Amino acid sequence: MPASSIRFLLNNEIVTLDNIDPNITLLQYLRENRFDKGTKEGCASGDCGACTVVVAELSLVNSSELTYKSINACITFAGSIHGKQLITVEHLKQGAKLHHVQQSLVDNHASQCGFCTPGFVMSSFALHKKTHKPNREEVVEALAGNLCRCTGYRSIIDAAMESSENAEEDSFAQHYRQTVKQLNDLAQLPSAQLSCAGRDYFSPKSIDELAQRLIDKPNSTLVAGGTDLALSVTQNLATIERLVYLGNVVELNNIVETADEVIIGSGVPYSQFTPVLEKNYPELGEMIERIGSMQVRNNGTLGGNIGNASPIGDMPPALIALGAQMTLQCGDKVRKIAVEDYFTAYKQTLLEKSEFIKDIFIPKAQPGKILKLYKISKRLDDDISAVLAAIFIEVENNEVKTLRISFGGMAGIPMRAKQCEAALLAKPFTQENIAAAQQALTLDFKPMSDVRASDSYRMKVAQNLLLKCYLELQNRKIETRVVNYA
Amino acid sequence: MRSLTKINEINPNSSIKPNNAKDEQNNLGLGGVGRSTKHESADKHVSGEAIYIDDRLEAVGQLHAAVGQSSVAHANIKSIDLSAVKAAEGVVSVITVEDVPGHTDIGAVFPGDPLLALGKVEFVGQAIFAVAATSHDLARRAVQLAKIEYDELPAVLTVKDALAQNNFVRPPFTMSRGESDQAITNAEHQLKGDIKIGGQEHFYLEGQISTAEPTEDGGMIVFTSSQHPSEVQKLVAEVLDIPFNKVVVDTRRMGGAFGGKETQAAQWACIASLLANITKQAVKFKLSRSDDMCMTGKRHPFENNYHVGFDSKGQIKGINITVNGNCGYSPDLSNAIVDRAMFHSDNAYFLDQSTVIGNRCKLNTVSHTAFRGFGGPQGMMTIEMVMDDIARHLGKDPLEVRKINLYGKGERNVTHYDQKVEHNKLNELITKLEVSSNYQARRLDIMEFNKQNSILKKGLALTPVKFGISFTVQHLNQAGALVHIYTDGTIHLNHGGTEMGQGLFTKVAQIVAEEFQVNVDTVGVSATRTDKVPNTSPTAASSGTDLNGKAAQAAAKTIKARLIKYVSDKYNVSEEEVVFCNNQVFIGKQSDSQLNEGDISAVQTFTFAEIVQQAYMDRISLSSTGYYKTPKIHFDRVTGKGRPFFYYATGASVSEVLIDTLTGEYKLLRVDILQDVGHSLNPAIDLGQIEGGFIQGMGWLTTEELVWNEQGRLLSNNAATYKIPAISDAPVDFRVELVPDDPNREHTIYNSKAVGEPPLMLAMSVWSALKDAIASVGDYKTSPVLDTPATPERVLWAVEAIKSQAENMSQKVEQANQ
Ligand SMILES: Cc1cc2nc3c(=O)[nH]c(=O)nc-3n(C[C@H](O)[C@H](O)[C@H](O)COP(=O)(O)OP(=O)(O)OC[C@H]3O[C@@H](n4cnc5c(N)ncnc54)[C@H](O)[C@@H]3O)c2cc1C
Ligand code: FES
Ligand code: FES
Repeated sequence: MPASSIRFLLNNEIVTLDNIDPNITLLQYLRENRFDKGTKEGCASGDCGACTVVVAELSLVNSSELTYKSINACITFAGSIHGKQLITVEHLKQGAKLHHVQQSLVDNHASQCGFCTPGFVMSSFALHKKTHKPNREEVVEALAGNLCRCTGYRSIIDAAMESSENAEEDSFAQHYRQTVKQLNDLAQLPSAQLSCAGRDYFSPKSIDELAQRLIDKPNSTLVAGGTDLALSVTQNLATIERLVYLGNVVELNNIVETADEVIIGSGVPYSQFTPVLEKNYPELGEMIERIGSMQVRNNGTLGGNIGNASPIGDMPPALIALGAQMTLQCGDKVRKIAVEDYFTAYKQTLLEKSEFIKDIFIPKAQPGKILKLYKISKRLDDDISAVLAAIFIEVENNEVKTLRISFGGMAGIPMRAKQCEAALLAKPFTQENIAAAQQALTLDFKPMSDVRASDSYRMKVAQNLLLKCYLELQNRKIETRVVNYA
Repeated sequence: MRSLTKINEINPNSSIKPNNAKDEQNNLGLGGVGRSTKHESADKHVSGEAIYIDDRLEAVGQLHAAVGQSSVAHANIKSIDLSAVKAAEGVVSVITVEDVPGHTDIGAVFPGDPLLALGKVEFVGQAIFAVAATSHDLARRAVQLAKIEYDELPAVLTVKDALAQNNFVRPPFTMSRGESDQAITNAEHQLKGDIKIGGQEHFYLEGQISTAEPTEDGGMIVFTSSQHPSEVQKLVAEVLDIPFNKVVVDTRRMGGAFGGKETQAAQWACIASLLANITKQAVKFKLSRSDDMCMTGKRHPFENNYHVGFDSKGQIKGINITVNGNCGYSPDLSNAIVDRAMFHSDNAYFLDQSTVIGNRCKLNTVSHTAFRGFGGPQGMMTIEMVMDDIARHLGKDPLEVRKINLYGKGERNVTHYDQKVEHNKLNELITKLEVSSNYQARRLDIMEFNKQNSILKKGLALTPVKFGISFTVQHLNQAGALVHIYTDGTIHLNHGGTEMGQGLFTKVAQIVAEEFQVNVDTVGVSATRTDKVPNTSPTAASSGTDLNGKAAQAAAKTIKARLIKYVSDKYNVSEEEVVFCNNQVFIGKQSDSQLNEGDISAVQTFTFAEIVQQAYMDRISLSSTGYYKTPKIHFDRVTGKGRPFFYYATGASVSEVLIDTLTGEYKLLRVDILQDVGHSLNPAIDLGQIEGGFIQGMGWLTTEELVWNEQGRLLSNNAATYKIPAISDAPVDFRVELVPDDPNREHTIYNSKAVGEPPLMLAMSVWSALKDAIASVGDYKTSPVLDTPATPERVLWAVEAIKSQAENMSQKVEQANQ
């Protein structure tokens, strides 16, 4: 079947992307190609939310339902909009009437310079599509990726909490059926492609097509959410010749639960796999909520978090502690490895040419085994970790029966603390042995100093987290985390 | 003949609509002042229709600028090879300083800021050459292709080194009263301390940006995101070597500024103008976020120290304070900024015998600049540290020490620069807040909590703010405005102030509406333009409304006086019998009660627009300028004495924090604020300024960390590495109140008080509360040293320091007991 061009719904209008640079972001497309200037650029790196737009897509479970997601247009390649509905701030006001999320911001005096405001409008809009009457916690979670330098946020929180009251059906609700139909029509299109100026963008629909493409064009670059890769274009001015988009590969976008495993496709974004992981490991759910922002979690994937092989990625240490495994596929050959073994050296992995990450296998919760997670960063929300500690532990009769400890931010790769484990494993779970384990950490790691933290802070905090874990397990009622304190 | 609009279609009574129910209860007068009118652009902000520079329609052939930057901190430039840049895709023009027809230095007050490097570079990121290309991306890519060779020179990268080498951008300055050395020695107790206070990136959401379009006669129109259009006009003219009257600068709104666009917007406007002049095309210059962070100055980092003598109650008898501002490589506004740090070294406290020395250190970093508070915050931090240190030394609650040192009434009320602190209500304000925040009971709860919890600890602090209002550079305290009334009764308002989100345009429109007693939406606000109101001051020093509000009021009053005279002549009534009310003009004998009850039978009434039309037909001028200068202020820099401030804005805040003694992480749990804004012109806007200023100040003191490496390169150069407060950093419990009904005793506009900068410093209570929590680890016996920003890392080290001191102490006690 010949490939289709990139087609999507811009509000209610079907738009075809032809002859544009496949490296272009959705924000550049909106502002520079369409002259739609309502969506703002504040950072071009996914950190401020000024560029927030909303994408509606058919729900995976029910193709007559839509899910609305806020995303950062500045770090989303334009091609990834294929088959979806794109809603921007321009589409909310109907005639002279503001949308209720907009009106509520006005009524609450929640804009000052106004530059962040379109982004807040869109995040708030997406939230209201999900939750009719959001509480403060839900508002804060939905808006954590939107920075405002002027207001101090109180008025914005009030506005987002209030706005659904007495709200009439908006234009999107009115067009709901039509939108569902249009998106279902677009879903029938074959795999999509965009090429221009010697660069191309390919969006396969099946894993076979993907595998074949990577064999045919081994110098392709995989892109899933783009929340990492797009920065190389917007910040480092790189050009990427061949992009292959994973978001439409059906087989990579599944979550399967077996008796003892959760199998997550590499292309599944955080916001979709969080619930099943949270159910098994509550602290993992809490930690994921602190990865990036709602916008980042709506696009960013598990495959991308492993794939970028960053020493400060948050999922790998947790996966390593849990003993998770993953499959790598090249052509029709699939191999299964431990996540732990994937990372070989700084930004180096086992991934071969033409190979891609397929699924990640995470063991389900087992009685007696507890996953403790600690994310340490300068700012509590939407910040990269200075240190991430993952401790998967089983204590029986006050003896450490099983134990896997893994850290991010302590070495060039996410890594197990084996000496530290040895100091505790099969030993009484006591404060003295914790002290020995703290000591052993200095044998495991020689952390670095950088803009986020000094080497000595990283080591000190890592050691203290062992103690904290001990104290928390000794006394489940003790208050030990500022994050949870409201 | 031109026909006038039919005004009987406009129903005057229908349009009086209080903005919300709260206003109705307040039963405010008609017109605009005192209402929580929504921001003039609120509807456009939320709909995305508000136009910022980057959203303007682009001229055909518009080009985009970028600059090549220095990669070293200090060097002579050996050679510049731009051939690859010139050959790069999309590049239309490449310029260096050689291509500047006029001035090459754009220093705001003193020379020292080359537009493009002149043979030498003084910081990493300094602009060396500029290109215009067909797209923003192509311009950014092209500048990377330059080959520049340097002869490196030794770079000064710490305040310590600058002090050791007497490397200053301006000479040191001292303010003093009495014999502080002696008073310190004679006092019962003495303490010394020092503190490093980090700088702050402005992180305005809209980065620096300008578009320049050539006009006829070699002129230029520049659309810029600048707090100081007149300065941009002057500099563009000087750089192009053309008369000022050939340059027009237009600023409709900024997406935030906070001082960062006071002087440092000009360079980009000048470069865009130069390139526009050469290419004869419109040129847009938008800095990418990381270029903006590397190439523009920040809040000055300071390294201060003190030596204090005090009595057993904790009252200061003598004090020496030295403030060392890290100014970066050039003077920019640093002289006035370090002055303001010195002026505010007292914050709210009487410094009996005192010496305050201010050094303006020159470092090879970007030139630091204005930022909300303008040095005041960095000055106040030292004395707030003193308060905490004295309290710990004497085993007292810091609040007690703060109170005993406050300026008095009638006595102990003169600052170290000889200004009398008049109408001082700090004591009442603090006491009120102490009660309303339930300080004392919470203090006990916190002691109890800290006993019960070994890992998490709570801290509480109340800190005051007294902030001087006026530019300390006297001639800047002037403003102009221009008001037109058109024949449909709508009003056009223009003044020299710029809108950066602070609500200035809204407040000034309210003032004009109040004068004419018409609805505020009758008043159309317009972009600040140098061809409408000339020679304006920057919108800064919290003075925007004080100055421009008064100027606009003067313009409105002039027109109103003409209208009154006209009506009284025409209808043969006294001038007192012409009353503007409720979008109408009442003519004839009338009492207040008649007006209030709407009984207008005794008088003749016209709508405002009808009167305007009558006046127009009878050839009355409906346009006027207005002008204002601040009275009373003076300062003699030779003696270090005078009255630099028209008045003081005061406030106080209480913060409660929770820290984790194992990781240094923390959370702000509750904040109570009481701020004096005089008679508020717009309570909703004032509240927004207070909340926003507080959170911005909190960011400065907590998570916002600027990190330079040993080569002088800024490492925290993007939003991923520089963390301003996010929504979850706002306290869940945030209680802000305006001091009710307390008009400014000075004759400011409607007896309001400035509100732009003062609230930023309220955030010092967060820092002090963090120290309180840390001190609990050592049973409040030691005062923690906590440099800022107090990142989790710094908090943890402070906890560790207190722990080891406590251990040492107990070891000593044990040894003594043995
Ligand atoms: C504002 C912001 C905040 C962030 N905060 C965090 C945080 O708190 N914690 C954290 O861990 N990360 C954070 N990130 C980084 C990033 O979002 C995550 O790592 C995310 O999971 C990446 O997923 P993605 O799908 O967007 O990856 P992409 O950008 O699409 O890809 C990343 C890399 O992985 C490769 N890749 C993607 N999929 C596969 C696959 N299936 N097989 C092989 N290779 C693949 C790509 O080729 C690319 O090299 C943040 C990013 C931003 C912009
Ligand atoms: S522009 Fe800042 S997140 Fe996109
Ligand atoms: S209103 Fe200015 S950044 Fe939010």
